[in-house]
Amino acid sequence: MQEAPIGPTSRRKSKYTPRAVPVSEDGARLTTSAMIASLDAEGRDTVAAPFGNALCDLAAKRDDIVGLTADLSKYTDLHVFANAYPDRFYQMGMAEQVMISAAAGLAREGFTPFATTYAVFASRRAYDFIIMAIAEENLPVKIVCALPGLTTGYGPSHQATEDLAIFRGMPNLTIVDPCDATEITQATHAIADHPGPVYMRLLRGKVPDVLGEYGYNFQLGKAQMIHGGSDVLFISTGFMTMRALDAAKALRAEGTDCAVLHVPTLKPLDTETIRAEAAKTGRLVVTLENHTITGGLGEAVAADLMRAGIHPAFDSIALPDEFLDAGALPTLHDQYGLSVESIVDRVSSRL
Amino acid sequence: MSTETQHAGANVSLARRAWSIRRLALRMAEVQGQGYIGQALGVADVLAVSYFHALNYRPDEPEWEGRDRFYLSIGHYAIALYSAMIEAGILPEDELETYGMDDSRMPMSGMAAYTPGMEITGGSLGHGLGIAVGAALGLKRKKNPAFVYNMMSDGELGEGSTWEAVMSASSHQLDNLICVVDFNDQQADGPTTQALAKGDEAPKWAAFGWHAQEVDGNDLNALVAAFDTARNLREPRPRVIICKTQMCKGVPFLEEREITHFVRVEPSEWARAIAILDDAIPA
Repeated sequence: MQEAPIGPTSRRKSKYTPRAVPVSEDGARLTTSAMIASLDAEGRDTVAAPFGNALCDLAAKRDDIVGLTADLSKYTDLHVFANAYPDRFYQMGMAEQVMISAAAGLAREGFTPFATTYAVFASRRAYDFIIMAIAEENLPVKIVCALPGLTTGYGPSHQATEDLAIFRGMPNLTIVDPCDATEITQATHAIADHPGPVYMRLLRGKVPDVLGEYGYNFQLGKAQMIHGGSDVLFISTGFMTMRALDAAKALRAEGTDCAVLHVPTLKPLDTETIRAEAAKTGRLVVTLENHTITGGLGEAVAADLMRAGIHPAFDSIALPDEFLDAGALPTLHDQYGLSVESIVDRVSSRL
Repeated sequence: MSTETQHAGANVSLARRAWSIRRLALRMAEVQGQGYIGQALGVADVLAVSYFHALNYRPDEPEWEGRDRFYLSIGHYAIALYSAMIEAGILPEDELETYGMDDSRMPMSGMAAYTPGMEITGGSLGHGLGIAVGAALGLKRKKNPAFVYNMMSDGELGEGSTWEAVMSASSHQLDNLICVVDFNDQQADGPTTQALAKGDEAPKWAAFGWHAQEVDGNDLNALVAAFDTARNLREPRPRVIICKTQMCKGVPFLEEREITHFVRVEPSEWARAIAILDDAIPA
């Protein structure tokens, strides 16, 4: 048998071919942006740095609160805390493994550390240290990470599309994906009170404020109905609840009545509430998450409903099991099905 | 920080303590017919100096806030640490024969949740020093003068996370952190010096800003001097003591065996090894 020579191969995709400058409908150039503001809708209220400010409020009451970052304080809003409490802030440098290990050491000595980085670095690079130095000993370290799922146009190096799948397998770890500024503020206090380790996804900068108008109050481990509806049940987590609420409004105009069940705590999952709502007959159940279709909310809900013998018509809105493109966030959300329009189209096609 | 520890004036020699640690480790390994006995025999002198000269602790109160923290990053060295802690009165000797068994408080790889006095869960390797960095930061924040010791193996010098922690400890000027490296030149697949740590380690640590000492890890006097230097140094730097040890030290027929990560000992040889120790009980 003749051996094939090992030579250069090209894995280049068509993206290497020249392109025209893209423009939006109103003629403006589209730009790649990691800015959270691009999650926002026209005219919606925003709150600046809700996590950083909540942590400062918390630190004023609790001496055990300390903050650590791996060179990303400005990009996780931890700089607000660092400025207010410089002696309780530890800059660990671009070294996620020792940041997580050191957070474990601080927790051993009685502190409640909040450690921040990007979701890709915590889930991919620091995993072994999170599971063995923190989770195995159930230490109260709070890992708070920006750029979850598809919230940046930088491409796979920064898009943590699989962080929930990675972390869901970790015993002892509580996982929170908050929707908006109101929830980030409330959840920051709630996870500090929780005696074990927590991974929380973070929206940073000017964060949209949505849930306040519904009189919402975050409770760790609880799914909550934002509003009812008789035709469709949205079960959503993270900022996709914002999208679910907007899609529900649009669908109502077309005569489809959609309920929205918000599930900010992915683990432990509030299966009691999810089962009770999904068991109400006649509704199409649609899960929505800012995460790959593999191993996130949709699969968790589907598996639990199967185990419980509840079999509604079911669909999942999530990112594909692919390395996603770089580009402008609104474009990418349209492309991968997370935009309000694409949710409305998807649901309409299933009714 | 003072060199004075609770051990000043103790009337049992360090040589006798090291002998006891070796003998206890052999008895534990005999139960299962296996175990990391090569490492335990090799590191016994370092542990004797740690637990009977350097460390402050209360045997009946393993979580006493004033204790020096001793982190065992190398989980499989648990057999050696159990032996030291039995000798120190932290663990009861009558549990020794449960080593590695179901429901034992002395599992093969050290875990914090199982064993009084076992500060961290080791074993993933490359973790202990980073955790020690955080504990040292925390102790400083609490104005607690205790030291954090991290015992690691030469193999862990290959882990990138070790060097993140080395840089971090130096950057934070952790003068309450003492790293003890057991350099026995043996990792799972062969000599460490043929892998990533080529043997001249002290200059590397020094270049990263540490106070670095390299000693014969089977020379009790040299170890005492090195630990005293590390504790008493008045420089805002973390300290490392690289201990060159001989695997299987103290049992000549095992020392001469082709040394591996996991030393093979025949069933009849345990009694022979213990008999060799019993023929030369130190004063």
